[in-house]
Amino acid sequence: MTVINNTSLAFDEDQAMILDVARDFCRERSPIGAVRAQLDAPLGYDQALWQEMVGLGWPGLALPESVGGSGLGIRHAVGIAEAMGRALLGTPLISTTLAAQLVARATAEERVDAFLADVAAGVPATVALLENPDWGSDQCQCLFDESGVLQGAKHFVPDAQAAGWFVVVTRHRELPALALVRADQLPAGAIVPHTLIDETKRAATVDFSGVQLTPDAIIAGEQVTVALCDFYLLGALLTAAEATGSAGACLDTTVEYLKTRKQFGKLIGSYQALKHPCVDILMAIDSARSFVYHAATLLEDGSLGRDAEIACRMAKAQAGDALLQAGDRAVQFHGGMGFTYECDAQLYIRRAQWSSQQFGDALHHRKRLAALLLDTAA
Amino acid sequence: MSATEQELNAFRQQVSAWLADNKPADPGFLLPQSFMEVGTEQQLEFLREWQYRVWNAGYLGMAWPKEYGGGGVEPVFQSIVDQEMRRHAVPICFNVIGLGWAGPLINHIGSEEEKARYLKGILTGEDIWCQGFSEPDHGSDLGNAQTRAVRDGDEYIVNGTKIWTTMGNFAKYMILLARTNPNAERKYDGLSFFLSPMQVPGIDARPIRKITGEYGFTETFFTDARIPADCLMGAEGQGWKIAMQTLQYERGAEAGAAGGLAFVRVLINDMIEELRDMTRDGEPLLRDPVVRDQLVQLIMEEKANALCEKRGAIQALGTDYPFSLQLSHKLRFSEYGRRMRQFAVGLQGAAGGLYVGDAQARQGGFWQRAYFNNFSTTIGGGTSQVQANIIAEHVLGLPK
Ligand SMILES: Cc1cc2nc3c(=O)[nH]c(=O)nc-3n(C[C@H](O)[C@H](O)[C@H](O)COP(=O)(O)OP(=O)(O)OC[C@H]3O[C@@H](n4cnc5c(N)ncnc54)[C@H](O)[C@@H]3O)c2cc1C
Repeated sequence: MTVINNTSLAFDEDQAMILDVARDFCRERSPIGAVRAQLDAPLGYDQALWQEMVGLGWPGLALPESVGGSGLGIRHAVGIAEAMGRALLGTPLISTTLAAQLVARATAEERVDAFLADVAAGVPATVALLENPDWGSDQCQCLFDESGVLQGAKHFVPDAQAAGWFVVVTRHRELPALALVRADQLPAGAIVPHTLIDETKRAATVDFSGVQLTPDAIIAGEQVTVALCDFYLLGALLTAAEATGSAGACLDTTVEYLKTRKQFGKLIGSYQALKHPCVDILMAIDSARSFVYHAATLLEDGSLGRDAEIACRMAKAQAGDALLQAGDRAVQFHGGMGFTYECDAQLYIRRAQWSSQQFGDALHHRKRLAALLLDTAA
Repeated sequence: MSATEQELNAFRQQVSAWLADNKPADPGFLLPQSFMEVGTEQQLEFLREWQYRVWNAGYLGMAWPKEYGGGGVEPVFQSIVDQEMRRHAVPICFNVIGLGWAGPLINHIGSEEEKARYLKGILTGEDIWCQGFSEPDHGSDLGNAQTRAVRDGDEYIVNGTKIWTTMGNFAKYMILLARTNPNAERKYDGLSFFLSPMQVPGIDARPIRKITGEYGFTETFFTDARIPADCLMGAEGQGWKIAMQTLQYERGAEAGAAGGLAFVRVLINDMIEELRDMTRDGEPLLRDPVVRDQLVQLIMEEKANALCEKRGAIQALGTDYPFSLQLSHKLRFSEYGRRMRQFAVGLQGAAGGLYVGDAQARQGGFWQRAYFNNFSTTIGGGTSQVQANIIAEHVLGLPK
């Protein structure tokens, strides 16, 4: 075995078709004007548009047909995330998909079917995980007592404002456990929105204190730990796919400007100091895209293996950095225009700053990759 | 009809067995890591014999037409051979300018007569090919090449100087770019392309010593050299178009090569294994957090290159930036190679300052030499900067 090892890359017809549909849909329904129209809307997305996405079967894409899903694998969601990223289309789709994956991977019991059916029917769901900003921390003080009453708050909960369901990461008998909480169980004022750097996204602090859990709502057992690892890797991958799409759109925006803006009597795109960094960005995006679909190739319905873990981490590290690079240069290469709120470069650099911090930044993943790649005898 | 998976697997096993049996023993002298490093007769004869053996076994030029010495089978068979060659770490098939550039060119656009005259000798290694494109004053600006070819009866008289001619002193033929019309309106239109003999009076290939201290290329002087007029490929004035097509093969952007290894691949895995016993600050080197992070970045880059190569074959994933993966192939691999090798030397502590010939140099100075030689790929075949221009203009559509 070598440190490079698995380089499988396959893309089936279903994936290709879904990618095509998703790209067309996102391009038509989420032009930049529509994105901007949502920037200061409370939920950050258009409900009618969300219903169309539900109609396309996207929230339930990877859920079994028995709960109203399409019965496809989670790999099929990757292209959708990329297409959404390209169009900077928000909506709670990624949070919802991940919440459903977490629960479905944590238990096969029928009592979660109602939750999964809701997701497939388009009720947004989200995972309440972090209690501090460190993705490498396993702090968990949001706990329930003997009578099933939760105490504690979670931060950075994505799409909390829209969620009909919360999957709260808690503990039971010293092991990670999940608690399913409906939005209507939350006391008034429990959701305090964050002000995010990326205005196309939404997240909040959610205080679950006082929520009474029914025994059915608690998912415990060793499988939860495995499911959480998978959830976090899938989260990294879908975020990477989304970032890859955004980076492509960002590069297109920059290149378009370089082809139209003149200085010193020449199109600025002819200057190599601008041209060559664009090529670097293109290659960084190409690498990210290759990692993303390589990782998608390795996803199974069962828990993720070592190769898939390596692939997801590489995808996230690469895509996050590619988008940061693309966004940063987009601002600079637009000159004074790039410093304005009006210029779309701000949308991309803001997305980059947000995206790079979801599910661990590049350093976080590279540190873990080092252990995976260098510490096992090859 | 295309081969079944079963057939391909059986073929792979057969190739693997043959390579295991036929891989030459270490000759006891330094072997070239690429075709641009053949500096001595000894190296040449060793590699020539190896290439002949590979061809004779039916493992070279498998997809080239049978009547010209090829195998006449689907390209997938040659791909399998190449993969297995890499895996078995056998020597290179050195006649790369023939196998990889001139050969595919002749195969695709050559006349029947040209095919019959040249292809087989390329495969057997009997006819060594070189490339006369670059000139002392015109390298990246190849379209400005000034070497003159003047028609005189059934000959052309050639005058001028080519440089950096890989294997110029060993070659029997040269793909030559020369100016037949100095008055053409566009400089490109004055160029013509020749399949020129090298062993004629008036052609003098003088070896140049390289950065490594070894030899491998020449400065090639043409002084009233007379070459037959039927050496002209295509028509006068088509030289630039043909040269550009040649460069597509050279940069790996277009298929058609006969196969065999042009380079000994230097992989990061080899480097990591080689470094396992090294220390830094008295601790195992691979425990150093900074080194670890940099290694992971390089591993990712190598893996990304491999994955991009694969993705290039998946049409549905190549629509965003058409030809991006094909046109950036050379830039990706060559620049990565440079950084990785430089890093490998840098990790060696005081031993990083030793060179080939020093008894204490790690692996005989392999990494130092490999680092230097890597510049042949970031400069030769169009520099990295020129590649970046090409990608910016042709993939991103940025102005010249
Ligand atoms: C090992 C080796 C083997 C070779 N073998 C052959 C061979 O067999 N046959 C053959 O014909 N040639 C061969 N070459 C020559 C090679 O193709 C040229 O060296 C190369 O094209 C660069 O030309 P130059 O050396 O004149 O450099 P220059 O063109 O003078 O370049 C000098 C520097 O300027 C940069 N530069 C030039 N133009 C631009 C631009 N427009 N934009 C940005 N930067 C630019 C270059 O990137 C480089 O860094 C070989 C070279 C090497 C190193």
